[in-house]
Amino acid sequence: MTEVYVVGVDMIKFGRFPDRTVPSLGAEAALMALDDCGLTIQDMQALYCGNLGQASAMVGQRVLQEIGQTGIPVVNCANACATGATAFREGYMAIRAGQYDTVLAVGVEQMGKGLLGGGGGASGIPTEGLLGSGTMPSVFAHVGMEHSRKYGTTFEQFAKVSVKNHHHSTLNPKAMYQIETPLQEVMGAEMISYPNTKLMCSVNVDGSAAAVLMSEKKVKEKGLMSRAVRVRAAAMTSDPYTPRNLVMPDFNAVTRLAAKEAYEQAGVGPEDINLVELHDCFATAEIVHYENLGLCADGEAGRLIDSGETALGGRIPVNVSGGLLSKGHPLGATGIANIYEITTHLRGEAGARQVKGARLGLTHVVGMGSACAIHVLEKVN
Amino acid sequence: MPEAETKTAAKPLPVVPFLKIPESGEPYLEGHKCGHCGEVFLGQRMVCAACGTRGQMQPVRLSNKGKLYNFTVVHRNFPGVPVPFISAIVDLEGGGCLKGNLVDMVPNAEAIKFDMPVNVVFRDAGRKDREGNSYLSYFFTPAN
Repeated sequence: MTEVYVVGVDMIKFGRFPDRTVPSLGAEAALMALDDCGLTIQDMQALYCGNLGQASAMVGQRVLQEIGQTGIPVVNCANACATGATAFREGYMAIRAGQYDTVLAVGVEQMGKGLLGGGGGASGIPTEGLLGSGTMPSVFAHVGMEHSRKYGTTFEQFAKVSVKNHHHSTLNPKAMYQIETPLQEVMGAEMISYPNTKLMCSVNVDGSAAAVLMSEKKVKEKGLMSRAVRVRAAAMTSDPYTPRNLVMPDFNAVTRLAAKEAYEQAGVGPEDINLVELHDCFATAEIVHYENLGLCADGEAGRLIDSGETALGGRIPVNVSGGLLSKGHPLGATGIANIYEITTHLRGEAGARQVKGARLGLTHVVGMGSACAIHVLEKVN
Repeated sequence: MPEAETKTAAKPLPVVPFLKIPESGEPYLEGHKCGHCGEVFLGQRMVCAACGTRGQMQPVRLSNKGKLYNFTVVHRNFPGVPVPFISAIVDLEGGGCLKGNLVDMVPNAEAIKFDMPVNVVFRDAGRKDREGNSYLSYFFTPAN
């Protein structure tokens, strides 16, 4: 099987663009990714498009209508917050299987403001606030409280994640926000679902990101190896059965299973990884994923955030882009935006937030329902 | 639940299908238990999600006693949903796990203890559907 490379990748600056359309946002990132590697839509043999909000509305085809209708196959993907990563992985697998040499993956989302989730229920009345809470801040509050229950993790430790990621975003011009949020401000912000305050919830933004994937033979033929990044692992899982997971989604088991698979595919361990973009949809989530991805031993995540080891300059920097908490979380775009971030560091082009000497990076997303996707990317040159 | 409340509609409807309201006797929660691996699920199902065994799911009456596994205090919610409230996840004695509101206690995160014993109680949901039907819901209360 051929090795697969990312040769072109980019994302738009995340923000709120109510006057734009989903296809136009997707098209913008697609053209940026093509420009990044000097290719055109005529070079693309297939398009894998990730979008959640308009999952039944053929977003991929509408993107092509804006950038060139070449007649290539389009696969539209929806997989909750793993949507973009799923589209990317579908493209990876098609090349790996020898079907294509060059494909385009696009992730795009236009979000409203406000709470996501909430209980509908089979009966004739809404059950949100009656049978507990199903809003996303509450679901991930439960995730954090389970960690507190096991290991005594504190409100302050969860809040420190937000301080760190907001700080990182001040170095990322493509992040929605570039604002420092000191600990007291994070902890003193409006409480949404304990322990998640408003500043510990990811930002609903509009955004898009795109990547051009290519087989080894084609990368050499096109002379694109100098800025290419090798995909060392592309793992995806659904939630294995665990007690309570039909009531309280278990984002741990699904991530651990994907992490095991990804490290096996890549032939590396967590100690070999130089930076991580993980799914900090809420501050509580980042804490549990430290352990799920093997960045520290079970029960050590609170200590890890206290130590500063996951900050830029630390042992294993996490979410130096600012993460979903501050860069923003346009659901369908997030997975490919993570690929952009890691690729940029491996190319040594990340500017003020560059993780020095980065050779191996890991991206992680988890979509509720549940789907987890992990990619390991490697510097080639 | 006060008698008068249930008589406004012909009969209260169950808030979820696994809340059973018998003709006589107390309401209860129904689960299904796998005859192969013993896992207990809320409501009815054909196949066990834990082990994949078919045709061995048997209905079981779930206990009204349990322990608080997890909680969060919800301070912000959709318009019209009264806050704050406690969203709780409870492990029932003998199997089964469910999410609901923990009531009859102050929604203060510091005061709520993991593993505290709770009871499952049945009360009017406090919400009606468009046709004006009342609903019977389940809640958790601290057990003394």
